[in-house]
Amino acid sequence: MADSAAAPQAAPHAGGAEVTKRDFLKLVTAAGAAVGVGAIVWPLVDSMNPSADVLALSSTTVDLAPVTAGQAITVMWRGKPVFVRHRTPEEIAKAKVDDKGRLPDPALDAARVKPGKEQWLIVVGICTHLGCVPLGNRSTEVRGEYGGWFCPCHGSHYDTSGRIRQGPAPANLAVPPYAFEGDTKIKIG
Amino acid sequence: MAGLHKSEFENPVINWVDSRLPIFTMLQKEYGVFPTPRNFNYFWNFGALAMINLVIMIATGIFLAMNYTAHKDMAFDSVERIMRDVNWGWLLRYVHANGASMFFIVVYIHMFRGLYYGSYKTPRELLWILGVIIMLLMMATAFMGYVLPWGQMSYWGATVITNLFSAFPLVGEHIVTWLWGGFSVDNPTLNRFFSLHYLLPFVLVGVVFLHIAALHITGSNNPLGIDVKGPQDTLPFHPYYTIKDSVGICVYFIVFALFVFFAPNYLGHADNYIPANPLVTPAHIVPEWYFLPFYAILRSVPDKLGGVLLMFASIGVLALLPWLDTSPVRSARFRPVYRILIIVLVVTCVVLGVCGGKPAEGIWVVLSRIATAYYFLHFLVILPVLGKFERTLPLPESISRAVLPTGGGPLPGGAAAKPMEKA
Repeated sequence: MADSAAAPQAAPHAGGAEVTKRDFLKLVTAAGAAVGVGAIVWPLVDSMNPSADVLALSSTTVDLAPVTAGQAITVMWRGKPVFVRHRTPEEIAKAKVDDKGRLPDPALDAARVKPGKEQWLIVVGICTHLGCVPLGNRSTEVRGEYGGWFCPCHGSHYDTSGRIRQGPAPANLAVPPYAFEGDTKIKIG
Repeated sequence: MAGLHKSEFENPVINWVDSRLPIFTMLQKEYGVFPTPRNFNYFWNFGALAMINLVIMIATGIFLAMNYTAHKDMAFDSVERIMRDVNWGWLLRYVHANGASMFFIVVYIHMFRGLYYGSYKTPRELLWILGVIIMLLMMATAFMGYVLPWGQMSYWGATVITNLFSAFPLVGEHIVTWLWGGFSVDNPTLNRFFSLHYLLPFVLVGVVFLHIAALHITGSNNPLGIDVKGPQDTLPFHPYYTIKDSVGICVYFIVFALFVFFAPNYLGHADNYIPANPLVTPAHIVPEWYFLPFYAILRSVPDKLGGVLLMFASIGVLALLPWLDTSPVRSARFRPVYRILIIVLVVTCVVLGVCGGKPAEGIWVVLSRIATAYYFLHFLVILPVLGKFERTLPLPESISRAVLPTGGGPLPGGAAAKPMEKA
């Protein structure tokens, strides 16, 4: 790239230190080249972003009917596991009590479920620390100290609302965009 | 004959080429008669070893790529096919996989040499910084190569490492999605990693060329850390150091062969022989051994962004080393305090490495925090202060005075090279 350091060399042509036509031409050329390079680089950079076919796969429909209270299932959405958990009344009650507990990423339980469908907790099953899949979706797995999920990689504990309670993760398990299509069917994405 | 280089080679073919493109003259100047300090010890083998290792990696990699398929459904099986069905495929893959470990062993020793003998000090600062860039490129290349077999450790290692970038506020998530080419580590990620894994070694070759070009301007440092004062302090590179390097290369090949033929999976993880599964995280994710100290630094910080920044800073601080070390004396031989501290630093790095391989709990967290703190203390506080207070030992008058029994009189062996140097 041309730079302003070259400008003093142009001075003899003009016989002074004032801005010359050559300086102007150099600047315009450099600016034009910069715009051109940018215009060429952007398609290369953007080609690495998710492509149309990847984006097209961005919704999943889940039938909730076979999931009984206390059970949880894992479904795939955008290549990621999503936890669909049918919470027991005790777990819901615990999550509500914990609204007043110590929360590193404060959020009310009511804000993490759909009104009237409090038994269904739907969260992305990716630890917000470094992306491992937490344990606890099967009742036989470790669920951590707060009865939700436990990430074995670096020891983050999540509660029955999927909120981070202890460990290095900075945020709660993400709630994906989803909507109920009837009583026992949801569409994620 | 205007415009032709005046070549001194007698062979008519070589002379014809050399007159038009003086590559033979250049080779003779840079690798034949190149004046090299006469007191090198075996630590000075490791630059040449690293170069050979890079060539081995590129050669085996090109042939592996002929049989590898960069697709998430086929990558794992194509690697198994290389191991079972491709002629000598097992050898190619084991040499390539263990070659990565050998490369880091060699380069870490090469770096230790630089730290111990003060090779980063003026006028070799840029040479050292190019070395730090080489290490960063090596780390990126090794990481992406490890993802290609698409085993469980490949997949989850890629997930954890790419997620590091999500720690950055605002743009973090976008960067990670961009790196992945999707919403998780998936086929687009594998494809681009293969592309970059093939590209970066050639970028490495370019930076290594600059590293050596810079070396041949300043000349090599030496175990005494004092400047070359004249021809009596040097030997022609060939045959003295071509032979000395050859001895080191033989030992290096023996160690390499021991790994390849007797313990090819010793440095790897059994989990990587399980195909990648996006739904199950292995109970214990560990990077390859050469990343463990950095992994320990990452995990020693309870804050996500803090850990990531500190990990990058642990390499960045190396690039600043020429200005952090304020002592004018290069070699640790004449720095009684630094000589101990550099060993303490090596121990610190080993401790970090051990901590990085253990689960992040209990005593290991405490240890890795202490070691991380000391690592930065060494570079940011101790080195700048030490240079001002350390009482260094007297430096020898010259290399030849220090290492030759005759005290550096004119030597017939050394004199032989002189006429050619002037040519």
